[in-house]
Amino acid sequence: MIAFEKIVFYLFAAILVYAATRVITVRNPVHAALHLVLAFFTSAALWLLLEAEFLAITLVLVYVGAVMVLFLFVVMMLDINTSPIREGFIKYLPVGLSVAGLMLFEMYLVVHSKYFSAGQMPTPVPRAADYSNTRELGSVLYTDYVYPFEIASVILVVAIIAAIVLTMRKRKGTKTQDPAEQVKVRSSDRVRVIKMEAETKD
Amino acid sequence: MAMVLADYLILGAVLFGLSVAGIFINRKNVIILLMCIELMLLAVNTNFIAFSHFMADISGQVFVFFILTVAAAEAAIGLAILVVLFRNRHTINVDDLDSMKG
Repeated sequence: MIAFEKIVFYLFAAILVYAATRVITVRNPVHAALHLVLAFFTSAALWLLLEAEFLAITLVLVYVGAVMVLFLFVVMMLDINTSPIREGFIKYLPVGLSVAGLMLFEMYLVVHSKYFSAGQMPTPVPRAADYSNTRELGSVLYTDYVYPFEIASVILVVAIIAAIVLTMRKRKGTKTQDPAEQVKVRSSDRVRVIKMEAETKD
Repeated sequence: MAMVLADYLILGAVLFGLSVAGIFINRKNVIILLMCIELMLLAVNTNFIAFSHFMADISGQVFVFFILTVAAAEAAIGLAILVVLFRNRHTINVDDLDSMKG
C-alpha cells in the first residue's frame, strides 16, 4: 500500500518536471501556457496525496479555470512575433542552467540533512475517512486568521479595480448614458420657447 | 519504503530551479517570465503543504491559501499591465522597453 503511494508520487513528479521543462523551453507561448496547465493539474494530484484536498481543488478551479484561461486570452490577444524573442535562448542557456544547478545543489544539501529524514519526521498515519480537510481549514481560517482573510479580500478587490482601470479605454462615438447629466437636467435646457409672430394661413 | 518529507522538498527544489533557469533563458518574453513566476509559487506552495502534512499543522495550508490569493491578484494586474504596454508600444520585447534608460 505504501509502495503504491511511492509509485504514484514518482509518476506525478516525473510528469510535473516534464511539464515544467516544456514551459521554459517551448517556442510558442500558447504551448507554454498549456504545459503550465498540465503542471498545475499534476501538482493538484500531488497535493491530494498530501491530504490537502481543499487546496488541490482550489488549485484546479482558480488556477486552471481562471488564471490560465486569462493567460491564454492575453497570449492570443497580443499576437506576438516569437522569432526575435527567442534569439537569446542559446546565449543565456549556460548561465541559466548553472545558476539553477547551483541553487538545486544548495537546496539538496539543506533538504538531505538528517532533520528532514524519516527518523526525524515520520510519515503521519493516514486520516480517517470521515476527516474533513475543508472543515479543519475553515475552522482555523475564520478564527485565528480572520484579519489576514479580510486583507486578502481587500487585495482581490484592489486587483479587480486595478485590472479594469488599467485596461479601460474611452472610445469615441459610443452611445452611453451619463446618469449625473440626466439627473441635473432642467426643463429650460430641453424646451426653448421662442417669441414669434403669428403665421397666417394662406 | 514510506514517503519521506525530503522527497517532496527535493521535488519543490527541482521545480524552483527549473523556473529560475526559465527566467534566465526566456528573459526577452514577459509572458513566459510571468509563467515562470507562477511555477515558482507552485514550488513554494508544494513545500508548504508537504511541511503541513508531515508536521500535522494546518497553518501551512492557510498560508498556501493566502499565497494563491496574492498570486491570482498578481497575475491579473501583471497581464493587465502587459495588455496596456502592448497597446501603447506594439511590442513586449524586453529590449525595446528602455524608455526609462535603466
